[in-house]
Amino acid sequence: MDFDLTPEQELIRDTVRTFARDRVQPVAAELDREGRFPYELVAELGELGLMGIPIPERFGGAGGDTVSYALAIEELARVDSSLAITVAAHTSLGTMPILLFGTDEQRERWLPDLAAGRRLAAFGLTEPGAGSDAGNTRTTAELRDGTWVVNGSKIFITNAGTDITWGVTITARTGEDEISSLVVETGTPGYGISPPMKKLGWRASDTRELSFENCVVPEGNLLGERGAGFRQFLEILDGGRISVAAMGLGLAEGAYELAFAYAREREQFGRPISSFQAVQFRLADMATEIEAARGMVYRAAWLKDQGRPFAREAAMAKLYTGELSARVASAALLIHGGYGFMEESAISRLYRDQKVLEIGEGTNEVQRMVIARHLGLP
Amino acid sequence: MKIAVCVKQVPDATAAKRIDPETKRLDRSGEAALNATDLNAVEEAIRLKEAQGGEVVLVSLGPERALESLRKALAMGADRAVLVADEAAAGSDLVATSRILAAALEREQADLVLFGQASSDGDGAVLWAAVADRLRRPLISQVAALTTDGSTVTGKRQTEHGYDTISAPLPAVVAVSDAINEPRYPSLKGIMGAKSKPQETLSLADLGVDAAEAGEAGSRTTVLALGPPPARGESLKIEDDGSAAQKILDYLVERRLL
Ligand SMILES: Cc1cc2nc3c(=O)[nH]c(=O)nc-3n(C[C@H](O)[C@H](O)[C@@H](O)COP(=O)(O)OP(=O)(O)OC[C@H]3O[C@@H](n4cnc5c(N)ncnc54)[C@H](O)[C@@H]3O)c2cc1C
Ligand SMILES: Cc1cc2nc3c(=O)[nH]c(=O)nc-3n(C[C@H](O)[C@H](O)[C@H](O)COP(=O)(O)OP(=O)(O)OC[C@H]3O[C@@H](n4cnc5c(N)ncnc54)[C@H](O)[C@@H]3O)c2cc1C
Repeated sequence: MDFDLTPEQELIRDTVRTFARDRVQPVAAELDREGRFPYELVAELGELGLMGIPIPERFGGAGGDTVSYALAIEELARVDSSLAITVAAHTSLGTMPILLFGTDEQRERWLPDLAAGRRLAAFGLTEPGAGSDAGNTRTTAELRDGTWVVNGSKIFITNAGTDITWGVTITARTGEDEISSLVVETGTPGYGISPPMKKLGWRASDTRELSFENCVVPEGNLLGERGAGFRQFLEILDGGRISVAAMGLGLAEGAYELAFAYAREREQFGRPISSFQAVQFRLADMATEIEAARGMVYRAAWLKDQGRPFAREAAMAKLYTGELSARVASAALLIHGGYGFMEESAISRLYRDQKVLEIGEGTNEVQRMVIARHLGLP
Repeated sequence: MKIAVCVKQVPDATAAKRIDPETKRLDRSGEAALNATDLNAVEEAIRLKEAQGGEVVLVSLGPERALESLRKALAMGADRAVLVADEAAAGSDLVATSRILAAALEREQADLVLFGQASSDGDGAVLWAAVADRLRRPLISQVAALTTDGSTVTGKRQTEHGYDTISAPLPAVVAVSDAINEPRYPSLKGIMGAKSKPQETLSLADLGVDAAEAGEAGSRTTVLALGPPPARGESLKIEDDGSAAQKILDYLVERRLL
């Protein structure tokens, strides 16, 4: 057994940690306050190869493993969840369908710009009437005279409306009981993108409602086989859960670190509040649970890298880190007392950013459903 | 142009530093990193190479595990690394260290040898002078801007009164300050490629340096005793309630410091 990271993984973690501390931390609060998408940071991450970590080199990616990818997302989320989800949604949800299901021609055409972070990709699964029940897609795509005609809508779609968004992979009904994946490029006539949605957290990330009105998409934009859409999106979500789990881990670590520092600095009753056992126990519990979570997240990533089944472990890691980050963010805020409730405190931003980790890419209940299925329950 | 960069693995800036009372040496077992200004030297070397072509080779004296830290500089873009790792070199002082590094540099015959201005652990800020002397090469230190036309090197040197601009014929030795540039982050491609770059580990024998000339045996200084710095004298803490400036002024006047 070996719990050590490889020298490369360690260097990737240290590089992203330094980048997050020096480049992201100083602007994170301002980006959040102004709801401003972090174009400059995305460009810098692209230069460093961090917008396409697990994409093979022949398609312009870095050819990194899943553990490295999880480490990078964790380090970003420690400081700024908006940036972390921008990278994670672009990589796991936006770019992966092209890599996994695209033909060589499609991959060569689209991946280099995406892997380099010059363009961003989105994944449009959720609809107003199809959330947890994502298979209940109402959007339709009909093949007419060699083109797809798409009608319907999507909601809460990350990265769909930035200035550098390339397009979105959507699921659509292509027949009775038949779901397929289609690529819709930004600017396609009939494809409408709403203004940015106003959110409780992840405020510097881009979230949109999409509408399709007789939107005409080339026949060649079908990803993989017709009718494979349901199986495809389940596979994408399995992988995506590792990066959302890494976000939960990173956010918990970031919140813990803020609470730890504050507890040692803040004095009441003539001594630092970190000398009170009640505060110490809170911090001890946080550190313990974070340690457990780290093991779960890295192991799920490692299983994937070994080519072994990982879906059960990924769902467990996503569920655990989602709920853990809620406990840690809440306790960390309480350690800050009234200062934690103020908008300008860093912990308040982490607290707001945390909640969606229990909703996006499958709610806690959906994770439990997935885990129960893996346990063999009917 | 061939550029050699001398880099040192030091305890990580965030780690608490401890001196082993037994050996009277710095405990180097904790988290480690490349010395910060050495990254400026590496960055400058890579920029020169990118502009004019050539090779960047890292030269370091340190324990085997220093290779981990050299990897970072390789990931940034250096071409290969030479590490002198030998039990007999442990405990080397300035004289012994400069002897070993000079021997390693003789082997490389670089046109330009770059150093960081000072290490964060030993903090001698003098090793480059000793090495330049042994190599009989001209030296420019505290350099905040550097240019070269292939036959001379010109450094803008930061001093208390402004800048000195000094030129020297190549081959030369230059120590750079942290003002010279902003070291890049290694790219993911760089990180993944670092492993396959040549990394040589040499012993003292490989360099033809006698073990008696290295380590404590080859050192001209002996650490006799170590102690904590004397406790800080009486200090006064002033909390600002609007009158802090006046209180500080009064304090200084009272002590006839103003
Ligand atoms: C607490 C302590 C006390 C010491 N006291 C003395 C003393 O009194 N007398 C004495 O002679 N020595 C002493 N030493 C040892 C001395 O610091 C080193 O042996 C000597 O190598 C000078 O290194 P420096 O770190 O001071 O280098 P500096 O002169 O500060 O380093 C300048 C540059 O030289 C390069 N460099 C430094 N070390 C290496 C290396 N190992 N490999 C490659 N490049 C390198 C780097 O580019 C660095 O930026 C002491 C060391 C310690 C830790
Ligand atoms: C900021 C943000 C970004 C997002 N980005 C994307 C994106 O890029 N692409 C994308 O496709 N989607 C995205 N989503 C959508 C997200 O995946 C969905 O919101 C999520 O899957 C939940 O669906 P819903 O909102 O319709 O909730 P619902 O499914 O309506 O759930 C409401 C509640 O009912 C519970 N519930 C539902 N069914 C069951 C059941 N069978 N048993 C027990 N409880 C149940 C749920 O757990 C939840 O508590 C994003 C969402 C947000 C908030």
